[in-house]
Amino acid sequence: MKKHYMSILSLGLLSVLIFSLPSLASELDRFNDLKGNIDIAGGTAHIPVMKDAAKAIMRQHNAINISVAGGGSGIGVQKVGEGLVDIGNAGRPVSGKEKKKYQNLHSFPFAVDGVAPTLHPDNPVENLSSSQIQDIFAGKITNWKEVGGNDAEIHLYSRDEASGTRSVFWKKCLKKGLIADFANIVPSNGAMKGAVSRDKNALGYMSIGHLDNTVKAVQLNNIAPTQDNAINGSYPVVRKLFMNTNGEPKPLIKAFIDYVLSSEGAKSIQSHGYIPLI
Amino acid sequence: MNSEICHRQKTTPRRRALSSSGIFAGISEKILQSAAIFSALVVLALFGFLAYFTLPLFSNGQFTELFSLHWQPFHGQFGIIPMIIGTIALAFTALLIAYPLGLGICLFIHGLGPAWLSRPVLLLIHGMTAVPTVVYGFVAVFLLVPLLRDTFRSGTGFSLLAATLSLSILILPTIILLLNSQLQQIVPRLRLTATALGISRPQELLYISLPAASHGLIAAAILGFGRAVGDTLIALMVAGNATQIPDSAFDSIRTLTAHIALVVSTDSQSTTYHSLFAGGMILFLTTTSINLALHLLKRKSAGGRDCE
Repeated sequence: MKKHYMSILSLGLLSVLIFSLPSLASELDRFNDLKGNIDIAGGTAHIPVMKDAAKAIMRQHNAINISVAGGGSGIGVQKVGEGLVDIGNAGRPVSGKEKKKYQNLHSFPFAVDGVAPTLHPDNPVENLSSSQIQDIFAGKITNWKEVGGNDAEIHLYSRDEASGTRSVFWKKCLKKGLIADFANIVPSNGAMKGAVSRDKNALGYMSIGHLDNTVKAVQLNNIAPTQDNAINGSYPVVRKLFMNTNGEPKPLIKAFIDYVLSSEGAKSIQSHGYIPLI
Repeated sequence: MNSEICHRQKTTPRRRALSSSGIFAGISEKILQSAAIFSALVVLALFGFLAYFTLPLFSNGQFTELFSLHWQPFHGQFGIIPMIIGTIALAFTALLIAYPLGLGICLFIHGLGPAWLSRPVLLLIHGMTAVPTVVYGFVAVFLLVPLLRDTFRSGTGFSLLAATLSLSILILPTIILLLNSQLQQIVPRLRLTATALGISRPQELLYISLPAASHGLIAAAILGFGRAVGDTLIALMVAGNATQIPDSAFDSIRTLTAHIALVVSTDSQSTTYHSLFAGGMILFLTTTSINLALHLLKRKSAGGRDCE
């Protein structure tokens, strides 16, 4: 008899829980009368945020299908310009030449991302000046002891020319200086973390959103590359992350962009280490 | 007389089959023919597109820049010479390791090793073809690269050497299976005669079968080289991708394939992007000439066998 009573109670609790869920996820109500597919491709820094949004939306709305692919910033702009995807992500503004070719592109910035010079956690160096970093990447400084570290060769890791991360680091930290031919090139933020976390003498750079305790972000001119310093403007190596659409976005695409820009989107953006733009 | 009867008996049912299903045979022939023409056209179109996209480089006079020694696209240097040298260095060194190894394993299978081991070894080699390239790359990044870095204390471990070692494992089954298929045809034909003449198995393999399989030996080398030139993932993951001409095996290198994979997502309106097509063109021409060489070799060996 008591068992029976308990099961009714738990059923009641369950139903309360189920009926209260939609009211919690009110930001998702904007998709109520919408259905269809959203194809997203481009910048790799965007992927965690896009995936979060896609998961939340699809869990709630069966008639909406969202696919998220990478490819890089250039691919994102190209694909959306050619009409192959609905949203093309880029970790940089659309270039002048791209604007000339794809004249209807609309850009929606949604987050700020910092790029931090990164070392192995065991490396004793805590701070580098921008001129030191420029000299290291140009190949003029090749040993850690020249910048106050161990007597060991500096192992340089950089990104490919297509990378938005490289673009901002090169412009705002290296001041468009040379990156030595002998620098190892890795194809993504994830690969950079993998390489630097296993090489005691490594120097690389990566999106603040990808930092964790397997690598160490070094201070730049005594300023730590943190979210707070990026927000208050004291850390200079930052960029915006953009979603791009071809022409005015259709209602479903607009709803997706609005969701990413909503308070719930902001939570996800923040949880991945980026700074929401609200 | 006897053979004539035999011939007639053979042809009559075939002719009947043709008349009853003549239309279908005709249609299927047409379908196959158009499929063949279509695939030939695809290859030609590929060449055409590559040429078309490389054209802006010629017309802008930027083609000479491709043969500069430095790749600094943001500073106006688009040299792909380091990548060409990287590709050649990697393919040759990988072949240098994989080829003797493959030859040895093949001879082991065909009689230099104990007979009971030959089947399991062959099975293992077949299994190796099923391993996705990314698995080799992954294992190399996590085990081989740190090992090289800590052992030699020169460079980052991401190097020509690391890529050579991983790539040679990748192309090993290609070489072994091609050699094996050749020896499988030749060995049974010669073995009885050789045994009757009192020639031991190793002698027979080394002095009779292997020379008889000379075309297969060359074909395996060419095919292995082609596979090494065409592979992207190993080089991309473990070679380090630095755009320099390597001084030593511990230097980081970039291959043409990895170069294309890395740069393909840049702004598609830039010279950087167009220069990729030149790289693609070089790769395309290389693999086409490798295939042509194989084809010629096959025809030559077929002709030779007719004369025997």
